Amino acid sequence: MQDLDPILQSRGLNVYYDAKKAVTDVDLDVARNRITAIIGPSGCGKSTLLRCFNRMNDLIPSARVEGQVLFDGLNLYGQDVDPTEIRYEIGMVFQRPNPFPKSIYDNVAFGPRINGFQGDIDELVVRSLVRAALWDEVKDRLKASALSLSGGQQQRLCIARTLAVEPRVILMDEPCSALDPIATLAIEELMRELSEDYSIIIVTHNMQQAARVSHYTAFLMVEEARVGFLVEFGESRQIFTNPEDERTEAYITGRFG
Amino acid sequence: MVRADFDKNLEHLEAELLLLGEMVEKAIIKAMDALERRDLTMAYEVVAEDDLIDEKRFELEEKCIDLIATQQPLAVDLRTLLAVLHIAVELERMGDYAEGIGKICMIIGDDEPVETPKQLPEMAQMGIAMLRRSLKSLMDRDTDLANDVWDSDDEVDALYDGVCHQIFLDMGQHPKTIEAATHFLWVAHDLERIADRATNIAERVIFVVTGRIGRYKQPTEETG
Repeated sequence: MQDLDPILQSRGLNVYYDAKKAVTDVDLDVARNRITAIIGPSGCGKSTLLRCFNRMNDLIPSARVEGQVLFDGLNLYGQDVDPTEIRYEIGMVFQRPNPFPKSIYDNVAFGPRINGFQGDIDELVVRSLVRAALWDEVKDRLKASALSLSGGQQQRLCIARTLAVEPRVILMDEPCSALDPIATLAIEELMRELSEDYSIIIVTHNMQQAARVSHYTAFLMVEEARVGFLVEFGESRQIFTNPEDERTEAYITGRFG
Repeated sequence: MVRADFDKNLEHLEAELLLLGEMVEKAIIKAMDALERRDLTMAYEVVAEDDLIDEKRFELEEKCIDLIATQQPLAVDLRTLLAVLHIAVELERMGDYAEGIGKICMIIGDDEPVETPKQLPEMAQMGIAMLRRSLKSLMDRDTDLANDVWDSDDEVDALYDGVCHQIFLDMGQHPKTIEAATHFLWVAHDLERIADRATNIAERVIFVVTGRIGRYKQPTEETG
């Protein structure tokens, strides 16, 4: 594997929900301007790990994080770090599209407005919609409700909303699981385009999606004695054609357990 | 055990591939028998039976395509299916060489006065042994055995050079036999290609086991 240029690095990362452990000793490097997929069986801690990268776990009262997440060297769990600011830099797209019950325009303008954006907001909204490959479909109805869009369009709107606050990293938690295959492919193509300028981490149950879209793949697993530990990390091409660890092999060939 | 049905399909596919290998082996043996005995009927059968080999190859290809399309195989499953696809083509081409030898038999006819060069049956034996070992190395996922196939190819190449040299010498000494000798050159060429195809199969075995693609040579040990 070539040396990767990391934008995010987890070091000795452990996550607990009360006394129950969900992530165990994860050291993971996330490459800059590349797509990293996190795969693994249900309950292996994929989403929990993902949420560590922008401190979303802070919002879960029972969650406790140990270890470090370095964002270009800065420990996100350091004492002076404001998690809200982190989330502007490291945005998130969720499993189900969750547009606000507002117009298409207002959805995209929402983040910058509360952020005190001083520039040309029209231009920012257009740029974000173009970047999210949604502009052509919505340019004539920016004032229409976001809820009038299809599921795939709503998800791209959520991506546009994330882009509007100009993040450097986008976290995606099963972003296509509620979408049909065509809408899924549109999101995947968009992800590849975005990866030229953004670093993306995607959690997915869909192995083919991870193989199609990601540059790197991390495989997490859960065992009786250990939960949410990293089994193998590598270039996706290698992971999906010739994984090194037999547990990875068993999982991606569907012979797990 | 999940994917039991898929596993069964893969096993079946490999069994079919072995069957194709046996068909090809029989074709080579029969073609060489026909050549030695100058048996035109047998030679004709080899040529006709090549259609069955072709059909089997297409059947295998279709099954591979079905499994790739419906099962989206990854990792070792993907490598296995790609290898079966590739090996089916290699075997079918080996069958074509046997057919080629059958056609040469038919051209030579049944009263050919020139003796068959003794290296040709020897080359055929080695080619068949390499074919068997390459398929066994696939079944056993045995990279050492696959490497042996490679080593044998050098011996076949040496025999080929030897027989060509001999045939050219004979041509010089007995110009009347030039036409017949040219036919034997073609047989030698076909047999040499059969051995080459066996090394291609061995390469695919290395690919299935290690994921490494391309010409394979045992890495030499680093010293110092």
